[in-house]
Amino acid sequence: MKTAVIVFPGSNCDRDLAVALEQVTGAKPAMVWHRETELPDGTDFIGIPGGFSYGDYLRSGAMAARSPVMGAVRNAAARGVPVIGICNGFQVLTEAGLLPGALMRNAGLSFVCRSVRLRVENSQSLFTSQYQNGETVSLPVAHHDGNYQADADTLDRLEGEGRVALRYLDACNGSSRDIAGILNDSGNVLGLMPHPERAFEPAHGATDGRRMFEGLLESVV
Amino acid sequence: MKARVFITLKPGVLDPQGKAIHHALEGLGFAGVEDVRAGKLIELDLADGTEDSAIEDMCRKLLANTVIENFRIERPENAGSSAGR
Repeated sequence: MKTAVIVFPGSNCDRDLAVALEQVTGAKPAMVWHRETELPDGTDFIGIPGGFSYGDYLRSGAMAARSPVMGAVRNAAARGVPVIGICNGFQVLTEAGLLPGALMRNAGLSFVCRSVRLRVENSQSLFTSQYQNGETVSLPVAHHDGNYQADADTLDRLEGEGRVALRYLDACNGSSRDIAGILNDSGNVLGLMPHPERAFEPAHGATDGRRMFEGLLESVV
Repeated sequence: MKARVFITLKPGVLDPQGKAIHHALEGLGFAGVEDVRAGKLIELDLADGTEDSAIEDMCRKLLANTVIENFRIERPENAGSSAGR
């Protein structure tokens, strides 16, 4: 499995994500700088990491979403290549229009940095096949702009089509309907605010995130 | 030639920053503030002859996130304000 991690100026979870991918796949991911216009041939998984791309200027993820590499990401996503956007990566995917809605300032205005409990709402996706439907998992969040908002029609559609992948059991940012992670309409793009790569091995204090990568490996290979 | 782009949250979109400012104003003893909405002002210095439609394009493609924000373009030299949504 050939994986790629997109790196923007200000990304800071790119290496954590790379370690997780390498441990699961056995191969180092290609680290692809934002100015690139193509992904390595045969890339079959793309990770957009957390961080503060472009210093969160204008809006979180806004600049990164318009950077050259995103054209290649958009094309790959359209071909069905799985794409995961974690935290800032989720913000980038919404800003790029690859996922609906927007991530706004947390309702409490504070940066939240802690572990939260989440419910797996859809265990049928490429990313969540190793979880049980309705299972409670614990993953860390660390964000200032994680307040997921979309209009009621969009929210109803997401719910109706099983595209809400994860929901907060511990509300932490004011998200509509406690949405923590969503899928695109073809199910190959997942954006989520919690960090599965930071709950990957026992030294992290929790390992609930590991199965997201393991499930992906199984689905793709 | 200058243009100013005002970016505001759509009505109905929760504005936590506006709310915090509102509370702070009340804390300072300013009575009678009914509501506060915070937005952004972006000033553009443009080549002469830049069309309004080009500025609108900039707003839609980058300056505003039209999922949650409205924009209004003001061109002072052009006798007041113009397009927006």
